[in-house]
Amino acid sequence: MDLFASLALGFSVALDPWNIFFCFIGVLLGTLVGVLPGIGPTATIAMLLPITFTLSPASALIMLAGIYYGAQYGGSTTAILINLPGESSAAVTAIDGYQMARQGRAGPALATAALGSFFAGSVSTLLLAYFAPPLARAALNFGPAEYFSLIVLGLLVSIALAHGSIIKALGMIVIGLLLGMVGQDIYTGQPRFTFGFRELFGGINFVSVAVGVFGIAEILRNLENEQTREVMVKKVKNLWLTKDDFKRIAAPVLRGTVLGALLGVLPGGGHILSSFASYSAEKRLSKNPQEFGKGAIEGVAGPESANNAAAQTSFIPLMTLGIPAHPVMALMVGAFILQGITPGPNVINDEPELFWGIIASMWVGNVLLVLLNLPLIGLWVKMLSIPYRILFPSIVLFACIGCYSINLNLFDIYAIAVFGLLGYLLIRFGCEPAPLLLGFVLGPLLEEHLRRAMIISRGDPTVFITRPISATLLALALAAVILALLPSIRKKRDEVFVEED
Amino acid sequence: MTSLLPRVLLGAVAASALLAGTAFAQDYPTQPITVIVPFSAGGPTDTVARLVAQAMSADLGQQVLIQNVGGAGGTLGAGQAAAAANDGYTLLLHHIGMSTAPSLYADLPFDSIDDFEPIGLITTVPMTIVARADFEPETLEELIPYIQENGEAVIYGNAGIGAASQLCGLLLQEALGAKMTEVPYQGTGPAMTDLLGGQIDMMCDQTTNTTNQILAGEIKAYAVTTPERVESLPDIPTAIESGLDLDVGIWHGLYAPAGTDQAIIDRLSESLQLALADETVASRFAELGTAPAPAEDATPAALAETLASQIELWRGVFESAGVAAQ
Repeated sequence: MDLFASLALGFSVALDPWNIFFCFIGVLLGTLVGVLPGIGPTATIAMLLPITFTLSPASALIMLAGIYYGAQYGGSTTAILINLPGESSAAVTAIDGYQMARQGRAGPALATAALGSFFAGSVSTLLLAYFAPPLARAALNFGPAEYFSLIVLGLLVSIALAHGSIIKALGMIVIGLLLGMVGQDIYTGQPRFTFGFRELFGGINFVSVAVGVFGIAEILRNLENEQTREVMVKKVKNLWLTKDDFKRIAAPVLRGTVLGALLGVLPGGGHILSSFASYSAEKRLSKNPQEFGKGAIEGVAGPESANNAAAQTSFIPLMTLGIPAHPVMALMVGAFILQGITPGPNVINDEPELFWGIIASMWVGNVLLVLLNLPLIGLWVKMLSIPYRILFPSIVLFACIGCYSINLNLFDIYAIAVFGLLGYLLIRFGCEPAPLLLGFVLGPLLEEHLRRAMIISRGDPTVFITRPISATLLALALAAVILALLPSIRKKRDEVFVEED
Repeated sequence: MTSLLPRVLLGAVAASALLAGTAFAQDYPTQPITVIVPFSAGGPTDTVARLVAQAMSADLGQQVLIQNVGGAGGTLGAGQAAAAANDGYTLLLHHIGMSTAPSLYADLPFDSIDDFEPIGLITTVPMTIVARADFEPETLEELIPYIQENGEAVIYGNAGIGAASQLCGLLLQEALGAKMTEVPYQGTGPAMTDLLGGQIDMMCDQTTNTTNQILAGEIKAYAVTTPERVESLPDIPTAIESGLDLDVGIWHGLYAPAGTDQAIIDRLSESLQLALADETVASRFAELGTAPAPAEDATPAALAETLASQIELWRGVFESAGVAAQ
């Protein structure tokens, strides 16, 4: 069956009024839970799984997929407006998005996120349709050695670009790495830094850390001084992008889409890297890297596109190989199975209506999301004028409910409090939380893949340079370090993660 | 006088609780029942739980809700269930981990036997011994000497300490008298990725996770680990058929907190048996590569026996493999 016929089949399923309805329900719910701090798509999909029993497989999966990518849209809204990222990708958006909001440019920041996501979503849906099987095959060449080298590259590109407070940035990454070590070592079962709490065996919840160091810390800082806030609200000017803005975001959106689409295919953590990678790339390529961290629109456009492209293409390993790339995809596997379909290489042949229907519905969903989100921008921006005495307790309340709903683990809520205080101290000491989050997310992955590669090679470290893809990635990492050390380029360097003026 | 009053009060409270308890048991259930699944939503155990819960809801006339309390190899959820009120409205659905936890975790806040009332076995999911498509041995008969000769050069993936895939690997190595190189992963999903990509040689995992890849010819299957062949994989011999003394399956059981009224336990056991006889449940289980437990196994006595014997079995296996409790 050629692509055209397949897509036609897909759209005949996706454009069924009933399926459009469920797609809309999905993206609406996704947007809402994305906007509510703490409540992520994982909890929502888990809660809705039983309801999908009664739906047809196509409707059920279209709705659940809609929740997932809808949440990616919604997540950027809170990251931009109140500096509260719900997941690692949104943490990058928060860096420049929140600064734009503080300068009264929340509208353009939200519009950039929506448009970038729409473009990225549409393009990667096409990619998904056209290249799904070959891409998934190619991704299988990524073994532990390749993932290790890829993460090294990611970390080094970020560090090599830092200067000024390079010591602080490194310190933050190390603290993040240490926090990421908490929990049971998967290789030996040995608990690390758990202090006898079995609640910590599974590690510290990412959402607790992100909500704490970004959101709660920001609230504490705002409570010190109400004036900044008034500036923020008064300054709100236009809600839409200017011609100049459009010019500035075009290239970052394009690059972010390509980067995100490629990284999203890798089931071993590629999607996590996508927004960090895009941010580093945009900063490196920008003529005004000093603007980054102070409200550069490119810093929103690139990562948002990358993140949404990765969200779509992370369905590739699931639908073609039956491999879930992250917890949400694992839930989708559950949803498939509850519908009596085991996701895997056979789905595309045995259930073409379902496979192509889901793909086509992603495009429909992206259109619905833009139609839903663009008119809402004005409403979201108004949220900034909610008085602190109402806004702050609500944020804390929703964040706690959201965190608790993931594992029903009270510990996760205590963690919010602890990380909120830690984040506040960091702000006071002039340290940035973003490198901490980078270390927290990538550290455990780095260790896991390093050790796995070494076990498989049975202790032979040359495996990292004898495997071609791994060697290429390490060479790129080395090049990044050398470039950073060259004095002529040092002038252009600036911090990758700039949180404060 | 001052010391008598509290006692009288206490007695009155105890008596009324007792009365309420019997009244409770007679028209049980009068409110929704929560089943704690100590793993995240969407996983194989969760899927089993949701299928059974739906069928039990129909029989009990009350919603049977699933609550996922993941973490620490299922011991967090089990601990929460052990501490829950024993009124029949909080239950636990747990798998083989119930019997391995005592050997794997030090200072458990619960005792797998003393803190629970068994209700019944649900299903025993068979496991499959699989390898990358281009792995040299073609059959289990060829695989046995191959592993014995090559030993640690054979790379075996599993989902970490205490996971089904690790348990199967331990028994396999014990049966073969050979040691392979074990590579732990965060769950069998990533391990399957690396098996498909040829990064690792072998795995042993539940049919739930392997059937589709086997049927698509993406990986090679040598044997199923239960005494009978699996319906969805009729061509794959059992390990025992091929002369390997290996019998391991991931059994799932339903429990109530200790002290739950016997009438309630019986009602639940009866409902579980009905659910397992349900056609939808049977057909979905078949798609997962497993079968519902027969009615005589879906009883408190059968589960109690399985649990006790499995605790002993795994204690021995972990001891000889040198795995210490954490």
